[in-house]
Amino acid sequence: MIVITEKQYRDILEHSKKTYPNESCGLLGGIIENETRYVKKVYMLTNMDNSPEHFSMDPGEQFGAVKDMRSNGWLMLGNFHSHPESPARPSEEDKRLAFDPNASYMIISLLDEENIVIKSFNIKGDQIFEEKLITVSE
Amino acid sequence: MKIQANGKEVVLEKELTVKELLSFQKVEMQDYVTVQINDEFVNRDDFETLLVKDGDVVEFLYFMGGGCMAAERRLV
Repeated sequence: MIVITEKQYRDILEHSKKTYPNESCGLLGGIIENETRYVKKVYMLTNMDNSPEHFSMDPGEQFGAVKDMRSNGWLMLGNFHSHPESPARPSEEDKRLAFDPNASYMIISLLDEENIVIKSFNIKGDQIFEEKLITVSE
Repeated sequence: MKIQANGKEVVLEKELTVKELLSFQKVEMQDYVTVQINDEFVNRDDFETLLVKDGDVVEFLYFMGGGCMAAERRLV
């Protein structure tokens, strides 16, 4: 299970809408307590591909985010990206590039702007497991 | 000699190349790894020749990417 605040949820949505029609991306830093993953900070990163179909995180921003997490005593819990025109499920490309079986891979679907969907997954090889995503007030 | 690797002190018996250090750190799929030494990006072509020196601060992380891809968008 992964827990994010309502503000973090809104910030991810806002970032994804701002980058539309291109894919958005970012990192999730936080802590793990009793197997529950609590997001402490969402890092909005630049999609170097500037594409509606693909994303590559800016490596300089990635390093910056990871160093910030480390200085705060947080772990990199995972990442997020948007699917501007497709459902919130990992694509074949997402699976191929999911190197960390312990990470949370959050996907935001903007397919229906009246019903934006955010889901989180664990990806182990070809296997995809949807992770329970909880939003809490600050 | 001592270096910092992803924030942790690592003791090495001798200088290693970047590639050897990644292997020593049990980093898999090295083609997808980006490396910084002392805040400078290391060109992938230099992984096999560039030596990590005493006191260096080394950071490495996996490329992160993905996406919905056109073929899959058409399946929606």
